[in-house]
Amino acid sequence: MAAAKKQGLLGREELLRIIETCQSIENKGLNPFLVNVDDLVSVIRQYFPNWSDPDELCLDAEALNKIATVIKMQSEWIKQRATSLYRDPFLVEEKLRSLPIERIAEVFTEAWHPLVELEQVTMGSLEAALRYWTELTPLDERWRRENIQLADISPTSREELIKQGILLTETFTEELEKLWNELKIIAENKKIRYWDFIGAETYNETVRRAYLTSFLITYGYAALEVNPLEEEIFVQPFKNQVSKENTPTFSFPISISFEEWSRWRQSRER
Amino acid sequence: MATKPGTLRRKAAYSLKTKRAAQLLFFRRHWEPGVKGWELRRRIGSDYPRVISLLNDDLDRLGLMVKTVFEEEANPPENPTLDQLDKARFYVALKETQSAGEQKLVGWRIDDLAGLAVSLGYIISQGGKASRKDVEDVLREKLPGWRIDLNLNRYLRAGYLVEDENGQLFLGWRTRAEVDQRKFVDLLLRASESKPQRK
Repeated sequence: MAAAKKQGLLGREELLRIIETCQSIENKGLNPFLVNVDDLVSVIRQYFPNWSDPDELCLDAEALNKIATVIKMQSEWIKQRATSLYRDPFLVEEKLRSLPIERIAEVFTEAWHPLVELEQVTMGSLEAALRYWTELTPLDERWRRENIQLADISPTSREELIKQGILLTETFTEELEKLWNELKIIAENKKIRYWDFIGAETYNETVRRAYLTSFLITYGYAALEVNPLEEEIFVQPFKNQVSKENTPTFSFPISISFEEWSRWRQSRER
Repeated sequence: MATKPGTLRRKAAYSLKTKRAAQLLFFRRHWEPGVKGWELRRRIGSDYPRVISLLNDDLDRLGLMVKTVFEEEANPPENPTLDQLDKARFYVALKETQSAGEQKLVGWRIDDLAGLAVSLGYIISQGGKASRKDVEDVLREKLPGWRIDLNLNRYLRAGYLVEDENGQLFLGWRTRAEVDQRKFVDLLLRASESKPQRK
């Protein structure tokens, strides 16, 4: 019993040592081949049968994870050295330290191709700048403090909030429900052409209806049917809201441009 | 033999496009000089690689060149696709390198330029990344302490270096555009303390 406990303590120490070694290689950017990965793995394998406690198993997993990081660093190390740009850092550093600065500058200029870039004022840019200056409000006007008037505190009414645009006459849900009922009445449980449903007398109203219809479809109040060959889109209402929890969803963009709307109106008038 | 009118028209069109490309490349329009490939395509047309090649021929006579810096910096493509060119950045740079005396160091003091060379050389030798502290240590050997921070900040502002939040320095866009890294390191390793006498 005492031997097993001693073995466990020793194992923990070994795991901590492995984690520490790998971490210092990672943090200090040392040569990752300084450690022998096979040795580390054999240590982990040796102590693994002793672990039963979750903490010990976590420590074991962490040690393995750190070894994996070192292996990744080894791979990157080899890749970097395999590039034609690789030169021994020690030699380069030694040269940088030993050469006089004038000589380093000379060497650099032989591999340096400075960019050519010009800055020039043109008549066009001067004109634009002058226009900006003329239209710019003076600082004393821009920084003028607004006079704050004290007003009595009083409760506001729903009508007042609607007037100020803070509240809508109807809530969004109410609007959706209204449109859903309308769709159910018009479609009579069948599918109808999308444009025949969203199309309205004005373009603004058409966009509003299209916007709300997209929510009807997303929330499972109606379904969209697309016939790509005939280039036709239909919308069909559901009697009750359908849950879409387990159904894969996708987006289908429909252009509601002014031209589309004009074409729809013309076709309806004909 | 008379030149066909179609050929003349094409020549005139390319001459116009080359002029437009030169203006785009020479005059700085954004914070960073140079133009992206997609920007050239939008302003010149989809045949912009050909226009750039014509401009390069013209610039060659003036000792300048169009330098293309690809996104895949470590492994620039030999035969780039249009997509790779669209994402690349085009600059005009000096083609021939000159001696320090001749080019008057483009407005740099010699010790500032040497500081830049040391910083770049050190970072390149470390695989493209080095801690600011290590670079400062190398610079401190030959530059007075009060100048090190100033100089490093200048290199960062100019785009030669980039620093991350952990104080690690990397090579910046300007180094990729201006410095032939391989040649620089090779020259550095071969360099002797005294300047070789030219015949």
